[in-house]
Amino acid sequence: MTATHPGTVAASGLDVARLRHEFPVLRAVINGRPLAYLDNGATSQKPRAVVEAESDFALLENANVHRGVHTLSQRATARYDAVREQVRRFLNAATADEIVFTSGTTAAINLVAQSYGRAVLRPGDEILLSEMEHHSNIVPWQLVAEAVGARIRAIPVTADGELDLAAVPGLLTDRTRIVAITHVSNVLGTVNPVRQIADLAHAAGAVVLVDGAQGVPHLRVDVRALGADFYVASAHKMYGPTGVGFLYGRLALLEAMPPWQGGGGMIQTVSFEGTTYAPVPARFEAGTPPVCQVVGLGAALEYLGQLDWAAVEHHEADLLRYAVERVGTVPGVRFIGTARERVGVLSFVLEGIHPHDVGTVLDLHGVAVRASHHCAQPLMRRFGVSGTVRASFALYNTRAEVDQLVGGLLEARKVFGA
Amino acid sequence: MTDASELYQSLILDHNRAPRNFRAMEQPDRSAEGYNPLCGDQLKVWLKLDGDRIADVSFQGSGCAISKASASLMTTAVKGKTLAEAGKMFDSFHRMVTGAGGPADDLPSKLAVFAGVREFPARVKCASLAWHALSTAMQTPATAPPGATGS
Repeated sequence: MTATHPGTVAASGLDVARLRHEFPVLRAVINGRPLAYLDNGATSQKPRAVVEAESDFALLENANVHRGVHTLSQRATARYDAVREQVRRFLNAATADEIVFTSGTTAAINLVAQSYGRAVLRPGDEILLSEMEHHSNIVPWQLVAEAVGARIRAIPVTADGELDLAAVPGLLTDRTRIVAITHVSNVLGTVNPVRQIADLAHAAGAVVLVDGAQGVPHLRVDVRALGADFYVASAHKMYGPTGVGFLYGRLALLEAMPPWQGGGGMIQTVSFEGTTYAPVPARFEAGTPPVCQVVGLGAALEYLGQLDWAAVEHHEADLLRYAVERVGTVPGVRFIGTARERVGVLSFVLEGIHPHDVGTVLDLHGVAVRASHHCAQPLMRRFGVSGTVRASFALYNTRAEVDQLVGGLLEARKVFGA
Repeated sequence: MTDASELYQSLILDHNRAPRNFRAMEQPDRSAEGYNPLCGDQLKVWLKLDGDRIADVSFQGSGCAISKASASLMTTAVKGKTLAEAGKMFDSFHRMVTGAGGPADDLPSKLAVFAGVREFPARVKCASLAWHALSTAMQTPATAPPGATGS
């Protein structure tokens, strides 16, 4: 069964109806209603071009990379390395050697924590995070901090859901070695002033890791303009496949870092007396990489590259504005996160109704949202809630889907007699 | 099921709004906590025993309507039952919400309002959270000193 949403010509001039055509799942019917997929912060849908690139590769061109002298393996290697160059361009990195493929954002952060972190951290050193971090930008640092006797500190979040910049200079000390912050909050949608924080961190002698998982789907990223020493993201939140992501690391830093995981593909020579390691980025890509998914990531980058980004940004900003306005009319709604600079995400609670229950009623209304702590429990505690309802948007969402969300919220109030 | 009111029946809404036995217990014989890491819901269940009979049972915590109402109705169902009877009730309840068996005849009829949960796999844990805590409590002697359990 399929259904279409009316009103898909956006004010930005972006032909959303045509875009949606490339994402067949968006025509699904869920519980008798057209699907309104507003859980893009968890994972975005994938356009045909991405799925077909993966499928074609797997069916017609599959081979391992960096192994064989045979033609298919050489072709696969060329494809794989070409995507590395695509990611370099996407992030405006200086060289493709600065791009390491990982299984995702989480693996990339763990790589930096276990390799860079273990190499530089001494007992009493400090890692500065923020109160709005996803657990995946907290726990890897706790693991290394525990192992080396380092200390975790956190930049507080204001009532609006912004980083409290006034607190940053006081939190940066001569022991701060690493500052790890998110580009865009997965709960609040806040776009953090990364450059400003990076300048402060660098002046204090620390390096900066930026969690770009929620940034790359919405923003045009320039790692050098941001002042990021490390920038990490996942393909599956930016219209690509699951199981692949990337780490950007400044070349001088990557080259000085010891390997994290050992295995095939990351060595120069191996003997029982000792092993020498491959240069970066191969040093950090032990084992057979997710070749097929990297090909899919390449297709996603190509897909993003042919879009009119000014129109996309205009459309997404319009959607968020419209959602704030319309959801704000529902009695009992309290927004969590009202930062001046936001993209893609709207979080709120509905007075007297647990987010989980709101999520179930919305699901019965065909609306897919996330209702939980969003893997950000410190932030939930900051706002005194156990969880929120989060609607997160992608370039293919429409005002009609926002209206459907509002209809579902009114239904939830009715069911619960609120 | 596509109608929210079939899941959220009035009995569930009533026990969500005004949960019964929703209080900490002084000097319990048994207690245990239930935690759902998926959603952060947590609750604590206290038991006072008279021999092997549940003389009093109470709970506290935060959670969704399903988990709160389930905890509340559970306390009303197991009060006065023996530990063995409560254990059998848990098994039947678990079978009902996971869809592993038909409506369990040995369950008090009011617990049947949770039969609809089986169509919402993501919510089965909500409905069974309190029961799992009860089951743990029944197997674990309370170790906290008297008066220290009210937090």
